[in-house]
Amino acid sequence: MVSHAKGYRTPFARVRGRGGVSGVSTFWGQRVSGVLAIPLTIAAIVIVVAVLGKDHQATVQILGSPLAAVPMLLFVGVSVYHMWIGLQEILTDYVHGEKLLLVLLMGNTLFSVAIAFAACFAVLKLAFGV
Amino acid sequence: MVEFALPRNSVVQKGKRWPKPDNTKNLHEFQIYRWNPDDDENPRMDTYFVDLDDCGPMILDAVLWIKNKIDPTLTFRRSCREGICGSCSMNINGLNTLACTKAIKDYSGVITIRPLPHMDVVKDLVPDLTHFYAQHASVEPWLHTSSPTPEKEWKQTPEDRAKLDGMYECILCACCSTSCPMYWWQGERYLGPAALLQAQRWIADSRDEATDERLDYVDDAFKLFRCRTILNCAAACPKGLNPAKAIAEMRKALVERSI
Repeated sequence: MVSHAKGYRTPFARVRGRGGVSGVSTFWGQRVSGVLAIPLTIAAIVIVVAVLGKDHQATVQILGSPLAAVPMLLFVGVSVYHMWIGLQEILTDYVHGEKLLLVLLMGNTLFSVAIAFAACFAVLKLAFGV
Repeated sequence: MVEFALPRNSVVQKGKRWPKPDNTKNLHEFQIYRWNPDDDENPRMDTYFVDLDDCGPMILDAVLWIKNKIDPTLTFRRSCREGICGSCSMNINGLNTLACTKAIKDYSGVITIRPLPHMDVVKDLVPDLTHFYAQHASVEPWLHTSSPTPEKEWKQTPEDRAKLDGMYECILCACCSTSCPMYWWQGERYLGPAALLQAQRWIADSRDEATDERLDYVDDAFKLFRCRTILNCAAACPKGLNPAKAIAEMRKALVERSI
């Protein structure tokens, strides 16, 4: 336990001084996205196996179907959201320096958004036959 | 970052090996953490030999025997010696527990005793529990009501009373909170299993009229949601309670009222 900066603050002031950010939406979001990721991951594996070894034209044909493209997009969105929350929780658990934590949390968001956009772009490009 | 190693002035040194008592056959070796705030020495592990023929059966008896017969400077908390006051909580052979409820004969080999982990040490086996007690007080562990006070008592059915079993028995020994890695690393902001168990104890109380306010207080990314379900709390509790279950109940209540 960190014991510095006690100063003249009372023990009660220390306890009551640093709270207020609700945790329930993050907690519930992590559980819901975790459950949704199970069928979506299975669907994504099936689609990836279906396009394995196929040429570009065949891949465009498979992903051109909404039955393939939509689950792939959902898979990207749900799994990246789950990853974003998970990384955020791990960083908050282990990184205690507030400045470093802030930088890493921003980096996590940037990385997650970038990877989601890149993956969605790839799926959409193939889905629209480009 | 999280500290995985002790600060240099907390590294435990080899300590004094006290002589074996004369004319004794039934000796048991104890290694006990010693630290004195009045000198600049690092903590050390002193070795003592306890004559089991002259000593009571429990670990607390042995610690008292050492204080009375060998080294009166050994400092620790104790009071009821029957597992109800929670004073003699310490780390015995790696597990947080009450020294008064653990029998010496249940341990083989050297018995190692340290203060509760990851807390500031006041002296020897006495941890500083100031913050721990303040966290407990912060959940306001008493009945909150707005309705007019009844003439006799606030009534409760036997079924509603049974819902408090497994929570009201907590003796605030701090074995659970100080065994929790999340409390070690985020103890300034995470309330820890002991305080959260008491928060749920009053949320679950059918007579209490402040459930929403209590849930508002614990609905916090740090106070409640740092729990990672490691379950050291349930493993350590000398009263056999399960704070992790209470934490899960609060999370469930928070999710239910948010959807």
